[in-house]
Amino acid sequence: MNVACDWAFPLVWAQQSELDSIPWLKWIIVLAVVFFGIFPGIVAYTVWGERKVAARFQDRIGPNRVGPLGLLQPIADAIKLITKEDLVPRSADRWVHLIAPVLILVSAFLVLPVIPFGVGLAAVNPPSGLIYLIAVSSLSALGIFLAGWSSRNKYSLLGAMRAVAQLVSYEVPQVLSIVPIILWAGSLSMVTIFDKQVLYGWFLFSPPGMLAFVTLTIANIAEVNRTPFDLPEAESEIIAGYHTEYSGMRFGLFFLAEYLSVFAVSCLGTAIFLGGGTLPWPLTGEPVVTLGGGETLFAMLLLNLPLIGIFMAKVSLYIFLMFWIRATLPRLRVDQLMAFAWKFMVPLCIINIFISAVWYECVIRPSKPNYLLGWGVTLPLVVVSIIGVLALYRSSMKAEPVELTTGSRRRSVVRSVS
Amino acid sequence: MIIYNYVFIGMLLLGAIGFALAPVIVMGILAPRKRSSSKADTYECGLLTTGETWVRFRIQYYIYAIMFLVFDVETVFLYPWAVAYERLGLFALAEMVVFLLILAVGLAYAWGKGVLKWV
Repeated sequence: MNVACDWAFPLVWAQQSELDSIPWLKWIIVLAVVFFGIFPGIVAYTVWGERKVAARFQDRIGPNRVGPLGLLQPIADAIKLITKEDLVPRSADRWVHLIAPVLILVSAFLVLPVIPFGVGLAAVNPPSGLIYLIAVSSLSALGIFLAGWSSRNKYSLLGAMRAVAQLVSYEVPQVLSIVPIILWAGSLSMVTIFDKQVLYGWFLFSPPGMLAFVTLTIANIAEVNRTPFDLPEAESEIIAGYHTEYSGMRFGLFFLAEYLSVFAVSCLGTAIFLGGGTLPWPLTGEPVVTLGGGETLFAMLLLNLPLIGIFMAKVSLYIFLMFWIRATLPRLRVDQLMAFAWKFMVPLCIINIFISAVWYECVIRPSKPNYLLGWGVTLPLVVVSIIGVLALYRSSMKAEPVELTTGSRRRSVVRSVS
Repeated sequence: MIIYNYVFIGMLLLGAIGFALAPVIVMGILAPRKRSSSKADTYECGLLTTGETWVRFRIQYYIYAIMFLVFDVETVFLYPWAVAYERLGLFALAEMVVFLLILAVGLAYAWGKGVLKWV
């Protein structure tokens, strides 16, 4: 269908055949330059970007003192964090207190190597890439819980318990909304999923795909604890939640890990729904570049530059969407949060798996894809299931008014929003 | 060879641990150190902490954890099914419908029992 990408496959194969001998030097360069150079840099400037964007949303200027446009602000922040006194509470469990942020940061890093940033630009391509990704990204729940527990602070513990409850609840819709992609691609490898999108177009462009993208995005925002799902660190209630007892660079690790996770989930959404670095329409009718095997890493990077550019543009938009949501929506209440996951997202995602099977039968299995039939059948199904589940959800929320526990006052009218 | 992927991931794991620990160690060298008793107190909005912190917690959280386990184990079956869907045919689809229906009944039961209601 899409001829523009004939050149794409030799590159992928070239990289795979290279892996037959362990390229230690290449790996060390990739690790040092990309993983511990470029990615932390992106994260630092995501923080700067968020501060600028949030400032604009609130009619402020944002950081503008350190360097032009405040561009040196991340470096100044790093210096500040690293020269702060290292405080660990007397009653805390010192070692677990140290391990917790390391674990969260490691889990954020481990997500990234399976992401295909361009053709043949996934650092590794395990056949079970998506399961691996889900598995390592859920490690962060463990780190958050260790942080809250080891601090021996009641607010930390509350934040950690909330965080774990939220993370496990939203992990279910997250993994369920990836199932349509696996079904259509017939593979768990991120590189294969990317290649399939090069062939069949973005997985976003179908009614079940759109629904899955929206549910994945909501679950992603909840997984990285960002507003409106930032109950684990709700400042107005529990100080800073699980990282209350962390200061200086120890807090910096949490901060880095949070923004690295934001980047990672944006990459995930881009790679599996938005076609990675491809444009929604074919570039040309002719193969752009024809390559044999054995290209150097540099040549591959050069050829991939447009793809990386488009990929990064999509990731930036995705991250901007998160900033926008943060600037727009107030924090959810804890009962709304859990009910939304279990009573709305989970049933909808389960139904969507079968709608995506219908789409598969209409469009992907036939040798001549029947798009009209696919849209005609699945679009009403998607609309009906959204309306049905929403009606069920709303009626249950009406039937079960919020019950108040002893000692708490009803605050449903005026809620504190920070 | 698949195993080499995991060699790289292992290297990344070690590198990430180093990347996370290095700034903490540097902070230990660069940062000023003025210990005092009140600095090492637990920070609970300026009040002294009262009572034990590591207590038994509400059952509500564990119920969600159990629900999560059910659905997370379900995905272990769901992912291979989705990968092999092309070859499995209609019978496997019907089987998956039945399998998910059983889980959906479980969810509906928990819902009806009011387990999903946050109290």
